[in-house]
Amino acid sequence: MSFPWANEYKPSHPLMQWMDEKLPLPRLVYNAVGSGYEVPRNLNYMYNFGILAGLCLMIQIISGVVLAMHYAPNTLVAFDSTEHIMRDVNWGWMLRYGHANGASAFFIVIYAHIFRGFYYGSYKAPREMVWLLGVVIFLLMMATAFLGYVLPWGQMSFWGAQVITGLFSAIPLVGDPLREWLLGGFAPDNAALNRFFSLHFLLPFVILGVVILHIWALHINGSTNPTGVEVKTKSDTVSFHPYYTAKDGWTVGLFMLIYSAFVFFMPNALGHPDNYIPANPMQTPAHIVPEWYFWPFYAILRAFTVDFLIVPAKLMGVLAMFSAILVWFFLPWLDKSPVRSAKFRPLYRKFFWVLVLDVAVLAYCGGAPAEEPFVMISQIASLYYFLHFFVIVPIVSSIERPDPLPFSITESVLGHDGQSALGAKA
Amino acid sequence: MAEDAGIDTPTLAVEAGVRRRDFINIAAVSAAGVGGLATLYPLISQMSASKDVLALSSTEVDISAIEPGQAIKSIFRKQPVFIRNLTPAEIAEADKVDVASLRDPQTLAERTQEGHENWLITMGVCTHLGCVPSGVADGEVKGEYGGYFCPCHGSHYDVAARIRKGPAPLNLQVPEYTFLSDTVVKIG
Amino acid sequence: MIRIFSILVGAFFSLALLLAVLTGAYSYVTEPPAKTVEATFYEHPEKLALASDGVFGKFDRQQLQRGFQVYKEVCAACHSLKHVAFRDLSALGYNEAEVKAIAASYTVNAQDPLTGEFKDRPGMAADKFPPVVYAGKGVPPDLSLITKSRHGGAAYIHSLLIGYSEQPAELIKAFPDAKTPDGLYYNRYFPTLNLSMPAPITSEGQVTYGDGTKATVDQMSADVSAFLVWTAEPELEKRRQTGLWWMGFLLFTTVLAYMAYRNIWAEKKGH
Repeated sequence: MSFPWANEYKPSHPLMQWMDEKLPLPRLVYNAVGSGYEVPRNLNYMYNFGILAGLCLMIQIISGVVLAMHYAPNTLVAFDSTEHIMRDVNWGWMLRYGHANGASAFFIVIYAHIFRGFYYGSYKAPREMVWLLGVVIFLLMMATAFLGYVLPWGQMSFWGAQVITGLFSAIPLVGDPLREWLLGGFAPDNAALNRFFSLHFLLPFVILGVVILHIWALHINGSTNPTGVEVKTKSDTVSFHPYYTAKDGWTVGLFMLIYSAFVFFMPNALGHPDNYIPANPMQTPAHIVPEWYFWPFYAILRAFTVDFLIVPAKLMGVLAMFSAILVWFFLPWLDKSPVRSAKFRPLYRKFFWVLVLDVAVLAYCGGAPAEEPFVMISQIASLYYFLHFFVIVPIVSSIERPDPLPFSITESVLGHDGQSALGAKA
Repeated sequence: MAEDAGIDTPTLAVEAGVRRRDFINIAAVSAAGVGGLATLYPLISQMSASKDVLALSSTEVDISAIEPGQAIKSIFRKQPVFIRNLTPAEIAEADKVDVASLRDPQTLAERTQEGHENWLITMGVCTHLGCVPSGVADGEVKGEYGGYFCPCHGSHYDVAARIRKGPAPLNLQVPEYTFLSDTVVKIG
Repeated sequence: MIRIFSILVGAFFSLALLLAVLTGAYSYVTEPPAKTVEATFYEHPEKLALASDGVFGKFDRQQLQRGFQVYKEVCAACHSLKHVAFRDLSALGYNEAEVKAIAASYTVNAQDPLTGEFKDRPGMAADKFPPVVYAGKGVPPDLSLITKSRHGGAAYIHSLLIGYSEQPAELIKAFPDAKTPDGLYYNRYFPTLNLSMPAPITSEGQVTYGDGTKATVDQMSADVSAFLVWTAEPELEKRRQTGLWWMGFLLFTTVLAYMAYRNIWAEKKGH
């Protein structure tokens, strides 16, 4: 948000002045991520994940475009072309490991970013649109990640494609024709692999477009902050540059250290060994699991083991899995608490931490084989997940008595605010 | 910005400190720049020939079956290469030509190796625009000078694969090669 | 209104889950799942220490050459190595002439680029290991990626090779129906306990090592496992070496960036 006290872009160099008249791109950057953008001064490290997500998207797009120069989307050679990248292409192993682990890094970052939003009420008015676009990005990411995992045409690629497209066949009446249309056949094969490659290449650029909208919408009202109190005066903010560029800068270094540790020293730790076996449509692996970032939702899918009313179990699972994410679209209207930050919402805060634990349990169960006790645990965990978003959040926001809020961001940082004394007098 | 935080900075005392701070900021930005450049290297390097391609950068050809007057086409770096066993008559014919009159002046001896003057090994790629000239196999058009003829734009090469007529600027290129024995030649 | 609707939807899913939990619990109590023979007798692979382990690990070339010999003389009868090219073997310490000789000892069916014909010819350094035609039942897996495509990696391969035995008497006693079927072989390190590969390395001295290493069953199994770590990822050493340099540089840059961050925020009290 452009607060009245924000710095104005004043190019001194004639060339920059000329540029500013013809195409004010430097001005745009200055006002978006430069000294002209005023940001709450009290953002903590949880607010760094946005920029890291942007970095991950760039890593994925760049490494992906480069990998596409060597990969061949044909069932006969896809697996071999992947190995060709790993063995013969200059630095190919680094590009591929960087891309595969980049997907994991992207999801870790995005989950932290989403849960930051849950905790600090980032989804609330007037920032609903930022949130809605964020959920769209997450859905696109899931689709892109799934499509990408199919490309090496290993066992997990093939059976992942089989199972996930199988979800669509649960839809009554149109399910089977829909699945056949998606795959371009009766089972995953060349037609599917080719279109998956095409879409896997396309979707990241769609994501990039929505990310730009997401940031645009964010700049309309500016960032939230850990207190949830809106910016009041100049002393509540600092300029994005140099304060947050510096903070983001060093956390980017920290992120790169962790990410590189995976790429160079344990590149297969997050993958599944079965995907180094070429796809075999005649033999299913003993345990099919998606990549770890889908485990919580996979656990929800598998938790529905019995038919309910007129809905068959399979359809229940699919409905539940999609509802588990789609409910986030309604969050700004389900949570009617006027207080944003969970810091001042004692009851909601407790449920938030239960949710964190709950999703961790779901993730663990999603990666475990479909046996007891994991099935029962995932059912109980799914139960909490649905209660949390559909029932607890609306009810808690109505009955909760929030703690007193600080007068301003400045007061929360410095312990006093000249303005608040004035305010009290008035 | 300083007054926002309610701190007034004594200007004199911290000047040295400010310089040190500037230095660290500049160093940090520079190091990040170096890191960015370092990541560019693999991104550029990945486009150059991969190991499996480089493994084919030399070819060994068995030439024992080529009779004088005959030629074969082989493959070198995914491009055709012509190996021709010249007859004494052809050698004499090639030597007869006034080198100074050629577009790309070269004697036959310059285009062959000592002790193997009858073996003319050239790329089968026209120096004009890269078509494959005909004239290797029996019955193919050899052009007006009895060597090779490029059908794309009508370049005629003589028995020493020198350009004699047509648009091509240079003689057919002689690749690097060595005779491993009298019957095996290693190209590249 | 939206909240009431939401609570109804939540109740719908919750009731379905509640029903599922109760149904599951009921059947768990009425028919508790029996302990399977695999769960009882399967063993996790033994630890295998290789020179290539760890961040600073490097391949033991001598061991890789021995492992290659075991592959060539034992495994290659049934298992292919199709992602590995003969030229790659120079990384094992073979010189150009030796690589050429190894390649030439294989027959490769390749297309003549001039005639389009498929013809048998001696292998060349640029060729990959040719496919292996297995006459028996089933398809023995290609070994190029075997240590990456199995849980436990090299340790699993090593354990599997030394893990053949008669079925234990306790197993037959506890699970009389779990007798190893004809044509399969019992191995406590194989996830389903019975596999169609008979023990390939059976006796000491099955391979005669050129470097004088005593060819015990355990040694041969470890050597071939080490070799298969290399075949699965020939770029392993380069990856770690690059990684160490890169991580060192990143650490330096991150520390600098952290100091710069502290500098810039120094004036802002509270941070």
